[in-house]
This record gives sequence, structure tokens and C-alpha cells, in this order.
Amino acid sequence: MVEATREQAEDYRRLVTRFGRRPAILRNAVWAFLVGGTICAVGQFFLGLFLLRGMPLKEATVPAASTMIAIGAILTGLGVYDKLGRRAGMGAALPITGFANAIVAPAMEFRREGLLLGVGARLFQIAGPVIVYALAAALLVAVVRILVAGPPGS
Amino acid sequence: MSPASFVIAFLVGGAICLLAQLTLDLARNLTAAHVMVLFVVLGAVASGLGLYEPLVEFSGAGAAIPLPAFGHALVQGMLKGAAQQGAGGLLSGGLTAAAMGLTVAIVIGLLMALVARPQG
Amino acid sequence: MTVKKNGQTLVFSNPPAVLATAAVVGPKEGEGPLSGWFDVVKPDRLLGMKSWERAECKMVEEAVTLALGKAKVAHKDLDFYLGGDLLHQIITSSFAARSIDVPFFGLYGACATIAEALCLAAVLVDGGFATHVALASSSHHDTAERQFRFPTEFGVQRPVTAQYTVTAVGAAVVGPPGKGKMQITHATVGRVVDYGQKDPMDLGAAMAPAAADTILAHFQDTGRAPESYDLILTGDLASVGHPLCVELLRRAGLVLDGRFVDCGMMLYDETQETVAGGSGCGCSASVFAGYLARNLEQGKFRRILLVATGALHSTTSAQQGESIPCIAHAIVVERSG
Repeated sequence: MVEATREQAEDYRRLVTRFGRRPAILRNAVWAFLVGGTICAVGQFFLGLFLLRGMPLKEATVPAASTMIAIGAILTGLGVYDKLGRRAGMGAALPITGFANAIVAPAMEFRREGLLLGVGARLFQIAGPVIVYALAAALLVAVVRILVAGPPGS
Repeated sequence: MSPASFVIAFLVGGAICLLAQLTLDLARNLTAAHVMVLFVVLGAVASGLGLYEPLVEFSGAGAAIPLPAFGHALVQGMLKGAAQQGAGGLLSGGLTAAAMGLTVAIVIGLLMALVARPQG
Repeated sequence: MTVKKNGQTLVFSNPPAVLATAAVVGPKEGEGPLSGWFDVVKPDRLLGMKSWERAECKMVEEAVTLALGKAKVAHKDLDFYLGGDLLHQIITSSFAARSIDVPFFGLYGACATIAEALCLAAVLVDGGFATHVALASSSHHDTAERQFRFPTEFGVQRPVTAQYTVTAVGAAVVGPPGKGKMQITHATVGRVVDYGQKDPMDLGAAMAPAAADTILAHFQDTGRAPESYDLILTGDLASVGHPLCVELLRRAGLVLDGRFVDCGMMLYDETQETVAGGSGCGCSASVFAGYLARNLEQGKFRRILLVATGALHSTTSAQQGESIPCIAHAIVVERSG
């Protein structure tokens, strides 16, 4: 094997950086803003529905988010969400609909590998890390908060 | 259902997604999955600092629909559980708060895997 | 016995013939600039099969059958089948070999596979071990995407350096010297080159040093000038890696002009959203079996140098933070007579 020396590798890295591509930051940002904003405005419609039924805001966000999850999942099933994400990037990935996409996409993709090891095991390929670190971070934050601010409700 | 609430949700939600996109584009070697994890953790931290709840009250779905809301929901659920049931509530409160969303996602994911074929 | 090799370059004094080639491609490749040069353009990527993997295998079988038919070589006269692809345990090639049903060598050179296969086929024929050898190199966008990256329905952006795995197969039949319209005269076998690049979403940059290494070795071994070739093609460095390769060659004192191009940049046009360009075992394979072979047959090209490039990482090695070793094999194909 021709393994570059550290200097050669470093030199080449500089060359790659010099020839490198920059992402279209402005265009990506505009797309993310518009699509992400639009998805949240749709979410606001459902939140409004639940608020109209007399739910307090804290409670209404839960079914509103769940409705959006269902919409994201269905759009993934229809083969639409990947095209949206290709353009909008985090504008499609960051709303909770993107979380649904992250669960449904591998579930559909690995159906051919069977219901257990395909769908069941792969369902959390991308969402798994999100849930794991969200839960761990939340527990840490909650414990620190209780230690600093005292027991809740007191 | 005031028009203003839609505009605020659009602006705040869009801004959060824009921040995530900038993180993806400016920090090299991060994938979308990394940024999703990062923002959900940031949501939990902001919730602990007492910053996220006011943002939800101000912008509704603008803050409640982007992923940081998931971290926020977990923290608030844990704090609520701790207040009601102590240590046991601290441990169970997070997933209790997220139960509906997760169940919907898993069940519909399963359903879609059964009825829909990936189109590539 | 005389060694028929100079440095890294095999020299075929009785050049084995390329009797026929066939290129079978997917719909997106069929909409690209090289559209008219392929034998078959498929209307979709699943072909009514139950999986993408089966569809890829089906395309390989079809391309090999087509190439054998064009070469007028009967199944009983076929001695070996050589094949390679991108999937774990090269299942596309092995499964296709099951139905092609002749002695089989499975190859893995990632996207450099077509040149590796042509080289070994020529060696088998030149060594007198075979009269006719069929070979194919394939890739499929969705089988590669789900294996190397994300599920196909996951909505994410591709980084600007990312390449698009082509859905395409290139097949060829190599036979005895003096037959056919094309022949293989040289093959420069590449070394594995690693310049410490780690980003699997920027394979062009990882592969460029391997391409430069093999190109320099080829010109040194043969003593030829770039002007000896109508076209010098890298496999699939695409729009990020190709300029890097040009720069590396320039630093080494070799300046190549407009005849130096890249297969990954030829398959698609700007509007097709493939980011940096095409890649995959079927990329250089289909450009060779379609565009290059037709132009050689028609006499528009007299001689070409195809430098197919491959990145030899896996998802495991990439996740473990290993750098990406790369390889490039070069093959000289010229018009006979």
C-alpha cells in the first residue's frame, strides 16, 4: 500500500480544502426556513384545533405533534418526503414530521428483509440515537435542575 | 386561530430550522442525523434553563413542532413526574410525556412498512 | 520465459480482442448526455422484481446475454465469467453467475472493477487458459444507497461533494487476438493508495491520488506521451476529484489537456441533481461498454486509456474512523487493425 506520510496527507488535505466545494449556504438556509416554517404553520392549525376544544396549551401540543407525526409518516409512505428533504434539508428533517420520516423510511426500506429483523430491528436506525440521547440529556437536565432549583412544585 | 399565530409559528419554526441548516452546512462532517440529535439535546437544555416553555407560549407550533420540543417534553415530563411521585416519577415522567408521539410514529411506521413500497 | 510486464504495466504482444460490449442502464442514466450510446435503457429501477438487488442482478444477466449475442459466442464456447459489484459479498455478480453457469471469478475493486475485469480477462486469453471470457461490472442506485448511506425514502440533503451511485451495467466479451474491432493492448495494475482522506461523502478526493499514481505509472512504464490517446478517462472522480487529480499530475510534471475527462462527469448533466457526478461499478463500466466501445468500433477513437477508480472502504471501516484506501486500474483499448 502506498500510505502517505503525515506531511503528504496534511499537504493533500490542504489541497482538498483549497479545491473544496462550499455548500450553497444561502439557498439551503432559505429553503430550510420556508419549508420548516410552513410545516410549523400547518402544525399551528392543528394546535389551534385542540386549543379550541378547550385544552390548555401544555396539553394541546401533544396531540398536535402526534398529528404532524402521522402526516409525516403518510407523506413518507407516499414517497414524497424524501424529495422534500432533498431540497429543504433541515427544514424537512427538524420538524417532528422529519422524525416520523426517520422512523418510517427504514421500516419501509427493510421490509424486504422480513418483519422482525427488517422492519422491527431497523425501525429505529436513525430515530434510535435521537431518542437515546434525548432521554439521557433530559434526565441529566432534570436532575441538575432539581439539585439547583430544589424539588419541583415546592 | 388568529392569523398572527400562524405567522409567528411560521417565523419561529422557520428560524429554528434555519439554525439547524446553518449548523449542518457550517460544521463539516455532521450528518442530518447528528444535527437532529444535537437539537433535541439543545431542546432539553433550554427546557431545563426555563427558556423553552416561554418560546412555546409565544409561538405555539413554531416551537412545539421542531425536534427540540421532544427534548423539552421529556424534561417537563420528568419534572412533573418528580413533583408528583418523587424519584419514580422522575424516571417514568419523560416517556409518559412522549408516549403518544412515539406510539403514533411506531404504529404508523409499521403500517407503512406493510402497505407502502420504497420508490427510491 | 519472458515476463510480459514492465513495472506495473502488463503488455499484451498478441492483444486479446474485445468482441462485443453491452450497456444496460436505468432511467436517469438514460436521460443523460450519453443516452443514445446505451444498448438498453430501463424505464424504472425495480423492473417488476421484488427487491432492488434482484433488479440489479437481472440487469447484469441481460447485459451479459446481450454481449454474448453481439459477439456471436455460444454458451458452450464461453470459458469464464468475471464479475464484480458494490454489494456485500458481491451478491449481484455471484447470483448472476449462478444463471450464467460457467466457471466464475468474483471480483471486488469497487468502482475500478471494470478495468480489473478487462485486465484479468485479457490475461486469461493471452495466457492460453481461455478462448472466450465474459465480464460485467454493475451498480444500482438504491441497493448502494440502502447499504452505504440511508434508506431511500429518508429525506436528507446530499453534501456538495457526494456522488450519485449510477444504476448501470457494463458487460463485455473478450476473445482471441485478431477477432473483433477492439483489442486490449496494455493494463496498468494499480497499487492501493491512501492519502488519509476519511470522508465517505467525498470519495472523489479520496480516489484522486490513486488515479494519479496509476496514470503516472502507466506513462512511465510505457514511455508513451498523452498524445498517444484520443481520450484519457478516470473512472468516477467526478467534479470534486477530477480537478484534484489534474493538480496532482501537474505537480508530478504531467500536464494533460482537454482529452483528460471523467466518466462520472459524463453520465449526467447539470439539471439531474447528482451533486458532484456519478459513481459506482456501473459508472465507468457503462461509459466504456456504451459510449467508448461504440466510438472505437466506428473508428472515431483510435485508442483510449480508461483509468477506473475505486474506494476500498466499507461502512464498518468508515464508522470506525479509518481512512479510505483507494485503487485505480488502467486499461488501454484500441481499434484493431
